[in-house]
Amino acid sequence: MAELDTSGGGKHKGGKIRSKKASTRIDLTAMVDLAFLLITFFIMTTTLAKPKAMDMVMPDKSKKDVQLPVPETRTMTVLLGSNNKLEWYIGAPGKSAPTVDNFGKDGIRKTLIEQNKKIEETHQGPDNYMIVLVKPSDKSTYKDFVNMMDEINIAGIKSMGVVDITPIEIGLLKKDGLY
Amino acid sequence: MDMTAMCDVAFLLLTFFILTAKLRTEDPLHVDIPASTVTQVVPDDNLSTLTVGQGKVFFGIEGTDIRKALLEEMGKQYKIPFTPEEEQRFSVIPTFGVPMSQLRQYINLDEEQRKTFPAPGIPVDSTANSELATWIYQARIVTRNLKNLELRFAIKGNAKDEYPAYKSVVDVLQKQGVNRFSLITSLKGK
Repeated sequence: MAELDTSGGGKHKGGKIRSKKASTRIDLTAMVDLAFLLITFFIMTTTLAKPKAMDMVMPDKSKKDVQLPVPETRTMTVLLGSNNKLEWYIGAPGKSAPTVDNFGKDGIRKTLIEQNKKIEETHQGPDNYMIVLVKPSDKSTYKDFVNMMDEINIAGIKSMGVVDITPIEIGLLKKDGLY
Repeated sequence: MDMTAMCDVAFLLLTFFILTAKLRTEDPLHVDIPASTVTQVVPDDNLSTLTVGQGKVFFGIEGTDIRKALLEEMGKQYKIPFTPEEEQRFSVIPTFGVPMSQLRQYINLDEEQRKTFPAPGIPVDSTANSELATWIYQARIVTRNLKNLELRFAIKGNAKDEYPAYKSVVDVLQKQGVNRFSLITSLKGK
């Protein structure tokens, strides 16, 4: 059976004869059982995968006068519609037809990276990065919104903002059947 | 059979689990959190979690001392005097979603009864004095007084819920000038 063998090895070399000690072997089976029982308990009751925190910074609504004028050509607006779809356009609403896109690797992520590159190439100066405005409609889900934020993080967009959607843009979504 | 090694391993694992793991707390409002690629973990202390789902908002805050002080302040605000015993009971409730009018009743339930209590969520409306806004405001004051820290906020939203549910909570935060908060997500691959 399971035992802890603590009796010293080897034979005594000396001629001295000692009195026989009681064996110090301990049966460890119960202890191992207990340890595994506790391990099982802890595995069952605890959470190992800790939730992650995505940091969000929203613009201060109380300060209205710090808005810097932004060239339209550098602004990409993403409208989040229903059915996990979105559409985007560059510039002012209505001037160019929006493109319907999907979430994911081949959808908006590719678009963000491509458009960012294009804008950086066609603009001069230190401020030539793309500005992304996310406008979630009432029909979009929270998941879409988090996905969008995540894609922006992945694409390394330097400047982004979450803005309320306007009726014109809701009209655009409606036209594509996403509202 | 010599079990010494096995015993050692078992206890080593046990120690590891005890030290690394945090006890799973049962959420009174079950939400399905969305996934993202963010790897930053949610901080353990000085944090208030706003759970949004099924059209309800639940409020939670870390730290028993803060909860106690917060209930006292809220009692003053809403003219409901809570006894020290009730404050003690409240200090072990991590998350709750009942309006002030039902709070005393909720506190005096035992843990099993709380699970089945039909919690309607904390009232949120567009006014600056909604109950949620008051909870948030008082929680910030209490944290400032006790720990001299700015309270952090995290929003735990249900993935399938529509965006306005989330927006209404953000509006409450922004009205108080809280423009920085976290969204709680689970991890996914790119």
